[in-house]
Amino acid sequence: MDFNWTLFFEPTPYGDGIYLNWLWNGAVVTLSLAITSWVIAFVLGSIIGIMRTFKNKWLNTFAVAYIELFRNIPLLAQMFIWYMLMPEMLSGALKTWFIQDLDPNVHSFILAAIALGLFTSARIAEQVRTGIQTLPVGQKYAATALGLSKLQMYRYILLPNAYRKIVPTLTSEMTNIIKNSSVASTIGLIDLIGQIDRINESTNSIVEILCGVTLTFMLINYSVITIMRLVEKKTRLPNMMSGG
Amino acid sequence: MITLKNISKWYGRFQVLKDCTTQVEKGEVVVVCGPSGSGKSTLIKTVNGLEPVQKGKIFIGDTEITSNSTNLARLRSRVGMVFQHFELFPHLTILKNLTLAQIKVLGRSDDEAKEKALSLLERVGLSAHANKLPGQLSGGQQQRVAIARALCMDPVVMLFDEPTSALDPEMVNEVLDVMVELAYEGMTMMVVTHEMGFARKVANRVIFMDKGEIIEDTSKEQFFSDPQTDRAKDFLAKIIH
Repeated sequence: MDFNWTLFFEPTPYGDGIYLNWLWNGAVVTLSLAITSWVIAFVLGSIIGIMRTFKNKWLNTFAVAYIELFRNIPLLAQMFIWYMLMPEMLSGALKTWFIQDLDPNVHSFILAAIALGLFTSARIAEQVRTGIQTLPVGQKYAATALGLSKLQMYRYILLPNAYRKIVPTLTSEMTNIIKNSSVASTIGLIDLIGQIDRINESTNSIVEILCGVTLTFMLINYSVITIMRLVEKKTRLPNMMSGG
Repeated sequence: MITLKNISKWYGRFQVLKDCTTQVEKGEVVVVCGPSGSGKSTLIKTVNGLEPVQKGKIFIGDTEITSNSTNLARLRSRVGMVFQHFELFPHLTILKNLTLAQIKVLGRSDDEAKEKALSLLERVGLSAHANKLPGQLSGGQQQRVAIARALCMDPVVMLFDEPTSALDPEMVNEVLDVMVELAYEGMTMMVVTHEMGFARKVANRVIFMDKGEIIEDTSKEQFFSDPQTDRAKDFLAKIIH
């Protein structure tokens, strides 16, 4: 079998540069989706995770239900559900615009970002909760004894320490979100995975394309891990594990 | 200054405090001792409401802290507390550990808070460490910082919950020295400790607890020379070599 390893440097039939440009476009979409979903996941996950540590029964129960809902349904199913249901939930001009006028790729992007963001937020919520709950209980006592309000205690004491603790698990959650973003191609998003079919249609060289896409994913994730290692180093405290 | 009236507390079915009644007068130093599991740490944590009680009343001055209408946060800020494991905030510098609550709770300006913090650090002999993180200090130094942090709030009473139990032996004295000095200055103090040397030196009264009950509440002289109960005699025999 002959492989054409220079495939990515050949011009596309549409006159829009070489196939490497297509791969690059896919990578940009994948990264944008990952970042958008991450912002959603981090914000919602933090709020739900914090709620999970409250004594209030209603807030706590709501947080538990939220986590179980988004954590226990496969991402693929969630992606489909958002894709089918969300446009139906809109009404009037907004619905027409969303279904008919919006660029199909943007349309898919929005739905994929919501699905992936909510799915990941449930996982982040559990990590934030663990981060807070594994802090020594004395920290809470000390903050309370000094007269800090609950809000101040979370803002100035618990959260800064909890996030420091969970930097490593957040890193792996980031690489997960990049890998999971590939599911968005099933609802029509032309991301890195979406480009596989596109390039293959005009070149018929699936093995080479898969190698190129795989390498791109590895490069992205390796960069994320490298950056997060720096973050971890920067935020690490002396004797952090002693709790003092 | 502190009044505990018939305090009872349960963890599920297990009763940790049984009908405890005592009071601490202004300027008095009261040492609370007893075997481990006797409820002394729980008792001291009820004083500023860190541990809620199911029965009984607690007053600081004239303010009842067991009442729902009391602004607990405000009241707590005037009750200094020092913990067994220091509980400095590990991500903040020593200086910020001392200024945070002054600024956020008492509403002091940054400059005012800093000035107060530095003068108290000076007092516990740690001015040179203001910009370090807690993890860079020894246990004894951290506990002295913790005392300074509590004093920054101008407390009317100081609670100490086994302040030297987590320290290496050679660091116990540097912390006790600060506490003794504080006692001589007339600070009202309630101290849970096994350091009987400290009790002999500065305590006015000793409270002895066992199994959640206050079984002796007498003057220091009486407690050390003539304890009334067998349990206290037994405890003293074990702890004083």
